[in-house]
Amino acid sequence: MVVSLAHYLTVAAILFTLGIFGIFLNRKNVIIIMMSIELMLLAVNINFVAFSVVLHDLVGQVFAMFVLTVAAAEAAIGLAILVVYFRNRGTIEVEDIRIMRG
Amino acid sequence: MERRSVILQTIMFYLFAALTVASGVMVVSARNPVHSVLFLILAFINSAGLFLLMGAEFLAMILVIVYVGAVAVLFLFVVMMLDIDFAELRSGFLRYLPIGALIGFILFAELVLVFGSWAIAPSYATVAAAPLPQGATMTNTRALGDLLYTRYIFAFQAAGVILLVAMIGAIVLTLRHRVGTRRQSISEQLARTRAQSVAVVKAPLGSGAMPTIGRAGD
Repeated sequence: MVVSLAHYLTVAAILFTLGIFGIFLNRKNVIIIMMSIELMLLAVNINFVAFSVVLHDLVGQVFAMFVLTVAAAEAAIGLAILVVYFRNRGTIEVEDIRIMRG
Repeated sequence: MERRSVILQTIMFYLFAALTVASGVMVVSARNPVHSVLFLILAFINSAGLFLLMGAEFLAMILVIVYVGAVAVLFLFVVMMLDIDFAELRSGFLRYLPIGALIGFILFAELVLVFGSWAIAPSYATVAAAPLPQGATMTNTRALGDLLYTRYIFAFQAAGVILLVAMIGAIVLTLRHRVGTRRQSISEQLARTRAQSVAVVKAPLGSGAMPTIGRAGD
């Protein structure tokens, strides 16, 4: 049995679902939510590369690299905001983040 | 010989895929966030293995370098640096389990339905924007570089700008001046004038010179 496109797509779908599931499961912990987002981006990257290889088109891999760049930038900024928030408030509970509510 | 390599490839695929999914489960369900980050690293490494199996060597290495070397370590730093009561954050974990499972199941079913019903257009080979190099004519890294530095140079530059902005933003956000510490401020030193620091005091006879500048208390 040879490994086909459907196998990779299934792995990516499971990973993406796990990411969504993680966001719902850890609704209070921003760090785990960001890790779940990273998992979802990883699933998207697997899809990009799988289609790129199957369709013999390199653009998918180029785009996967850009996704990786944005994921790194997002993680850096998000964690910086988290550190500042923790310094000011002493907690990272998502439910407490409502200072900007009018 | 050919058959053996196919079997090996299949075994490796199932190994990497199972480990990726298992570590993904552990990332979202681990009790300790440090364990979560370590499982995230495991998931990244195993998906790098999947990328290798697909023939995207450069992306596999970039995944290990960028995700494991930078992003995951960043997460690890933050988890360890912040003094957070994680047990308290986990309260309500079981309360959200049913709704999360329901939505996850719905999404997965949708994805399965989508995957089960699409088909690749028969003319796809003619519309490929950048054909993958066939055989051993060119390495994956070189082909990617050829494409990235020519046709996608502006997107590449934009990605660089995004990273620069993210770096500056992270530094600006987290930089702080503590009140108690002594720091050298060169601009303040250079901007000092004579009037601010030197004074001629006419001292009355017999009582000594009292400082008039920066006199504390009194």
